[in-house]
Amino acid sequence: MQQITRDLLIEKASAFLEKENNSCVIGWRKGEFDYDITPYVFDNKEDLEKYFVWNDFCGANVSKYLINKTQKYDKTLVFLKPCDTYSFNQLLTEHRFSRDKVYAIGIPCEGMANVNKVKAIAGEGIEKIEFLPEGLKVTNLYGDEPAVIAYTDVLAERCLNCKSKAHVAYDELIGEDGSVISSNRFDEVERLEKMTPDERFAFWQKELSKCIRCNACRDVCPACSCEKCVFDNPASGVENKAPASSMEEKMFHIIRAFHVAGRCTDCGECSRVCPQGIPLHLLNRKFIKDINEFYGEYQAGAVEGSRAPLVDYTEGDIEPYEIFDRGDK
Amino acid sequence: MRKCSIEKLYSAFSELSSTMQIYLPVSNEEGKANYEKWTEGKLWSEALNTERSAKDFFFPQTEDLMKFKTEGKNIEIIDIRSEKEDFVIFGARACDVRSFDILDRVFLTDPVDSFYKARRDKGVIVSTACSRPAETCFCKAFGIDASEPCGDVTTWRVNDEVYFKSNTEKGDAFMKKIEKFTEECDEEKVDEQKAKIKKIIDKLPLSDLDTSDFGGGKTAEFFNSPLWAEMSSTCLGCGTCTFVCPTCQCYDIKEFNTGKEVIRYRCWDSCMYSEFTRMAHGNNRLTQTERFRQRFMHKLVYYPENNDGIFGCVGCGRCLSKCPISMNIVKVMKKLGGNE
Amino acid sequence: MHNIEDTLIPKVAVITDVRIDTPDIKTFRVVTPDGKKAFDHMPGQCAMLSVPGVGEAMFSITSSPTNTEYMEFSIKKCGCVTEWLHAAEVGQQITVRGPYGKPFPVDDEFAGKNLLFIAGGVGLAPLRSVINYCRHYRDRYGKIDIVYGSRSKEDLLDYNEIIEEWAKDANVDVHLTIDTAQEGWTENVGFIPQFVKGLKFDTDRTAVLCGPPIMIKLTLEALTSLGFEKNQVYTTLELRMKCGVGKCGRCNVGSKYVCKDGPVFRFDELDELPAEY
Repeated sequence: MQQITRDLLIEKASAFLEKENNSCVIGWRKGEFDYDITPYVFDNKEDLEKYFVWNDFCGANVSKYLINKTQKYDKTLVFLKPCDTYSFNQLLTEHRFSRDKVYAIGIPCEGMANVNKVKAIAGEGIEKIEFLPEGLKVTNLYGDEPAVIAYTDVLAERCLNCKSKAHVAYDELIGEDGSVISSNRFDEVERLEKMTPDERFAFWQKELSKCIRCNACRDVCPACSCEKCVFDNPASGVENKAPASSMEEKMFHIIRAFHVAGRCTDCGECSRVCPQGIPLHLLNRKFIKDINEFYGEYQAGAVEGSRAPLVDYTEGDIEPYEIFDRGDK
Repeated sequence: MRKCSIEKLYSAFSELSSTMQIYLPVSNEEGKANYEKWTEGKLWSEALNTERSAKDFFFPQTEDLMKFKTEGKNIEIIDIRSEKEDFVIFGARACDVRSFDILDRVFLTDPVDSFYKARRDKGVIVSTACSRPAETCFCKAFGIDASEPCGDVTTWRVNDEVYFKSNTEKGDAFMKKIEKFTEECDEEKVDEQKAKIKKIIDKLPLSDLDTSDFGGGKTAEFFNSPLWAEMSSTCLGCGTCTFVCPTCQCYDIKEFNTGKEVIRYRCWDSCMYSEFTRMAHGNNRLTQTERFRQRFMHKLVYYPENNDGIFGCVGCGRCLSKCPISMNIVKVMKKLGGNE
Repeated sequence: MHNIEDTLIPKVAVITDVRIDTPDIKTFRVVTPDGKKAFDHMPGQCAMLSVPGVGEAMFSITSSPTNTEYMEFSIKKCGCVTEWLHAAEVGQQITVRGPYGKPFPVDDEFAGKNLLFIAGGVGLAPLRSVINYCRHYRDRYGKIDIVYGSRSKEDLLDYNEIIEEWAKDANVDVHLTIDTAQEGWTENVGFIPQFVKGLKFDTDRTAVLCGPPIMIKLTLEALTSLGFEKNQVYTTLELRMKCGVGKCGRCNVGSKYVCKDGPVFRFDELDELPAEY
């Protein structure tokens, strides 16, 4: 359960809208159901009071919206969970928005729930979800006894493997800051590394063949901030849309993973939004793990303006043959 | 009405599968269902609906249309269309069955799309009444009865038994094929089941979604609404809603040069994409707001205007659960209709 | 399956003549490999031309239906397909399918009327078909006025045909204009909308407008100021198309598909549609 209250955030946001002209607040808006949350741009107090929400389903990372919204508004307030602050820093490092147009409020996060996990346990037909200290109380439409599900049982994968409860960028922080956590986030990558090449190929073949080329992973990704993506360019020969062959969708994801390598903060949005449930974050984590092993620990977005190892040179850089040998094994 | 046990159904599949392909919802490890070709041992999923819609059967994500061979200045067009084999879509829900009618009105009106028709002619649709609809379901708003879906054959799954009712000649032929596995029965159990489902459907939070504000002739009323900008303000411009939608049918025609020949294929396209209307000398929908508006105007105004008032939405709820930002047709209808 | 027609499957056609009209427009003559016209059409209708491996695009058929031997397409260089075509030589095969769209109402609403054709630049391409159709069935129509303008004399499409044939017809008046003065040019200099205004056409005629969007907008204003009603003025629209038969879903303006319900629209019909073209 989230520790801070919606009311506190609304209070901050309202005061901001009152103080700043031509301003907006990027946060989360409640939808049709208790788990149904839309990232949203608020520009008036009435909407904030009526619709603003902060609960265990506010997983959406809203930092990427700063690129567009800071062009429209003079001042933007953004609420950032710890992991969102890494994306925020990375966007700043890449000069994607003006820092002085943004007021960032860091908010603590207890980890976000994955509604698919809730549905897997409680079943479809959710009528109401209450956020109790001991868990989510889920009432269904069928009159069954409400289920109380522990938060840890429905945490999103990325939150089970949370890398940091510390905010790395903010103007104001609500509550006590947490710290960087040593997570087990590379365990699954290691499992894949231990596979034989054939097994690994089969794994990705199965996963990536589900892809419907909706581009949601790219469009939500804070590292995918090109004004014009190569996959949208008809002249590129690799234009978006459906795969022409089973090879093409693999190309898309692999090229995308290469392009965000060293810049991906591992926010996990790609896997959250994939309508086909492809564990796309594993591709990116493989790159992060390799970069850590080749060049020393590096966390994209941890320090604003830091040079990613892949675009930096140090004498200690790994030699190509070492990588080649390693690939051989 | 006829019935058989689930066990017998699989025996029927076993025999049927030698003459026709059977596709049915099968659950994966996470309990998510998708259509799979039935082979011995595959179980009919009880999940509410398949993740991907059933439109793929008639309008696949990609499909080769023809091939070209070029030599010097000459071109040869190779017609690669072939006879399709008979197949059964088993266990389609009421919403997806309605989506076929909506697609038919596009692809089967003159000039008929022979690629679509070839599949449509060969497919037998065996529908299944919903037993456990979800909060995201709103088919009732579009006049769909989930307790008695259409299709060539309608089935009801009651405990360990399946009840069959044929609705068409194709359905009769199908029932004939599985006749020896089924037995004549009365409708009592099915009526009970139907009443139970109807009661649940009435309780669904979105069942009373008001469609009366929409339909043909409403373009002027909604097109210039300032609400489009507000509703689309965080839209990512991805194609998820259009691709998971059972009624979205926009397509692109593209080519792939293998080096030996050119394959011209069509693939799903999305009005949400920035390139959708891009021409060499301009684009008539430059902003995401315009593209977002197009999608919903198409479903709620343009399609009904051209199709006797039928909406281009079946209330399956896939966009509700799949949109990365949780923006969807229900929210649009409520907002535009002033029923938020 | 192979004997079933499908509109998406084109026919092979061969380019039998390439005429250089302007620095960026060429006119291509097209027939089937056995020398016949690929299909019949009516003025204003379009066809999909393609070059396998390069792409497919919609073009208006600029030759008149009364030409029973071949079809012609005047094509401006502005994209992959058009660039490739501009480099093509006589004898090159392409593919063609059609006809698509609703034609000009030449046999009903236009019949017996005085006609005013106004074209800018490559906008003459779709009008050439209807102009030549009306010239062919000359006695079915009243007075014909043709206003045509472009950037320069070199940018005027079908210049020889206009001067040698159209201008010499009885009861046909041709009014030419170019944007800026040029040596040896004795006709009008100036933009089309002002030119039309200055010609002071009376409203006893049906007008057809075709050209770049800004020219259409301002010329419509000029006609309105002369007293024309919107239901007297026609135009043709162009949007991105893929199928040509209202199924692929991209060329709609409101509930109308340009490929199927257009490309010919009357301005009072366009007023009913959202401004998204």
